[in-house]
Amino acid sequence: MKISLRVQRYDSAKGAAPRWDVFEVDVAPTDRVLDALNEAKWRHDGSLSYRRSCGHGVCGSDALRINGRNRLACKVLVKDVVEDGRITIEPLKGFRVLKDLVVDMDPFFAKFKSLKPFLINDEPVSTEERRQSPAARARYDDTTKCILCGACSTSCPSYWADGDYVGPAAIVNAHRFVFDDRDRAAAERLALMDGPDGVWKCRTVFNCVEACPRDIDITGAIADVKRALLFRKK
Amino acid sequence: MTVHRYDCIIVGAGGAGLYAALALAQKKTNVAVLSKLYPTRSHTGAAQGGVSAALGNTEPDNPEWHMFDTVKGGDYLVDQDAAEILCREAVDTVIELEHLGLPFNRTPDGRIDQRFFGGHTKDHGKGPVRRACYAADRTGHMILQTLYQQCLKNDVTFFDEFHVVDLILSEGRCAGVVAYRIRTGELHVFHAKAVLFATGGSGRMFKITSNAHALTGDGMAIAYRRGVPLEDMEFFQFHPTGIYKMGILLSEACRGEGGKLLNGKGERFMERYAPTMLDLAPRDMISRFIHQEVREGRGVDGQDYVHLDLRHLGKQKIEEKLPDITDFVRTYMGLDPVTDLIPIQPTAHYAMGGIPTNNDGAVVRDAQNTVLPGFYAAGEVACVSVHGANRLGTNSLVDILVFGRRAGLAMADHAARATLAPLPADPAGDIRRRIETLLTRSGKESAASLRADLQAEMMDNCGVYRNAAGLEHARTRVADEFRRRFEGVAVSDKGQEFNTELLEALELENLLDLAECTVASALARHESRGAHAREDFPKRDDAQFLCHTFAAKKDRGVALTYKPVVVTKFQPQERKY
Repeated sequence: MKISLRVQRYDSAKGAAPRWDVFEVDVAPTDRVLDALNEAKWRHDGSLSYRRSCGHGVCGSDALRINGRNRLACKVLVKDVVEDGRITIEPLKGFRVLKDLVVDMDPFFAKFKSLKPFLINDEPVSTEERRQSPAARARYDDTTKCILCGACSTSCPSYWADGDYVGPAAIVNAHRFVFDDRDRAAAERLALMDGPDGVWKCRTVFNCVEACPRDIDITGAIADVKRALLFRKK
Repeated sequence: MTVHRYDCIIVGAGGAGLYAALALAQKKTNVAVLSKLYPTRSHTGAAQGGVSAALGNTEPDNPEWHMFDTVKGGDYLVDQDAAEILCREAVDTVIELEHLGLPFNRTPDGRIDQRFFGGHTKDHGKGPVRRACYAADRTGHMILQTLYQQCLKNDVTFFDEFHVVDLILSEGRCAGVVAYRIRTGELHVFHAKAVLFATGGSGRMFKITSNAHALTGDGMAIAYRRGVPLEDMEFFQFHPTGIYKMGILLSEACRGEGGKLLNGKGERFMERYAPTMLDLAPRDMISRFIHQEVREGRGVDGQDYVHLDLRHLGKQKIEEKLPDITDFVRTYMGLDPVTDLIPIQPTAHYAMGGIPTNNDGAVVRDAQNTVLPGFYAAGEVACVSVHGANRLGTNSLVDILVFGRRAGLAMADHAARATLAPLPADPAGDIRRRIETLLTRSGKESAASLRADLQAEMMDNCGVYRNAAGLEHARTRVADEFRRRFEGVAVSDKGQEFNTELLEALELENLLDLAECTVASALARHESRGAHAREDFPKRDDAQFLCHTFAAKKDRGVALTYKPVVVTKFQPQERKY
């Protein structure tokens, strides 16, 4: 089928404001939106830039605003988003655009790092694994699925409004350790998230949950953290 | 031009690169990691089913059985000293990953849980054994995340979206790399005492592949152009269960959990081919049997695919143990594995061959094992060789971890002793001229259609089955037509920022070099072994070919030499499952 792919373009070297290009591309209804972008780049305009790698929703490179909603271009099919023969693609909102659909992810990763997203436990270990019950493992399973694509944070009105808010993705990754019974630094992370740029900026809008391509219950995870803060021992 | 100086540089931020970086950081070595992606985008994250280690948590097992399976699975082309290290160190490595925070699935008593996987057997082939440690069907994702997290904890320096384009050799040693900064279009020189290539595979050489767009064999091609021979490039694994037409991987864990393969008549055809291991026979064999079923008219509806059947596992097991697979099937095929049969076909998956190394990850430059000082390789880009002619499922994750860490430790030692090799004059000159040529020449050829033609040619004539006529066809097309057409590829984007059109042209050139090398190696191997199946030489020939291929680039064509396989415990036998 023929579709019109409307893509926001930007090239800082040309100094102009963002513009829209429309590519008439030939795709199958069951193709991924990423296939449609590739078709535009490979057959129409080689200078179109976007990130992509795995092509099946596990690497997190191609989170984009597709018909106004954040999704992975490789995890949504043309037939499921095309409206009146048209698909509109913009870069993620809330990040600086570098070129076309490519945004500056460095501040996003800096926020992720700021909440210590790594296991902290200095107790001596044996030559065997630590024991962890299946129930304890299940407690943080949902938040281990995050692929750091940025779809959640850039769908969040609080994140758009306040450049200092750590955002849902960083909280999800802190949650993964706060609720892992092998970790010993929950108090440190909770204190970081109690600050002015932490979880209290979440207004439970649920945009993040809708945007997450991994179906993580992000608002639920943020609520877990809020609850832990309210009930922690001072 | 910016020149950076580090003791050690790691190229590639998948499991092998990150484990090496972590080992170096723990030794307080001055190290930086370069990746053309953000590290968490690396393809290790796409590995699904598990990482094998003979922990014996759910039934008796030991590393020697794992070693036997690895050697037999590799059709006896495995270097057995390396396989012994792999299987022994797998145990400590998996335990260390748990200590680093990896969220493995657990047994009821809280130990790491283990599942069945293809080709992994108890007591030298007496039936399947639960050896694969796993985290649902996202084991690779958890490994990648855990190692990245620990690298952050240990303050490893990362240069994200730096695409390495050349290797700097000087006075017979490695002196660093040249990288293209994708964000700015600048060339950066990284001057170092030791360089590790951990750049992954080259599956994008083929039309149907499970591999990410990024897997264009960059590390292998760069080394090859700088005079390092590539080992065993004719051995490329086709994974039996790729989503039909798309190639997206459906893990062997599907069959480890009890999934079955059915032909168009609804028969469980593996009963005829591998009566003991059935659907858990090694991948090379199952891919061939699928082709055979299709050729003999037993594909589904006369088409070139068969079915994967998970329905009998039940909704709960499917969604709990194989959640991502379930999601892929629902998303991409509009089918539900709980109620529907899944159309699958073999998909190009894994390069057994690559840059030859010794057991410490040090690159060797010839069949006499002469080390090229300061240059290391680990993971899919390397050939140790622990996979021989066919890799067993889960052993790629074992390989990146065990040999990534070993390479890191060896580099720390090397960096403590060695001095920096001097940089040659204008170390980025060659690559700058290549880039300028691509940006300034005029031509009508499209890199995308040339790449598509290359991928189709390799799929048709250098795929699951090969023969002299097909390989010769591929050889001349690559050497004559594709090379000539590449000279006509021009890059329309003249910009400096995120010029991904330029990157795709450079990657295409890498694929062309590797295709040339792969086809030449395959043409000369007049036998069938593991993933290399010659219709004109259907038998394995140990008298002539129990040896590794070393393929070196020459001005015109490829020069081949051979190196004997290291055999210690297990003499070659006929391979039956």
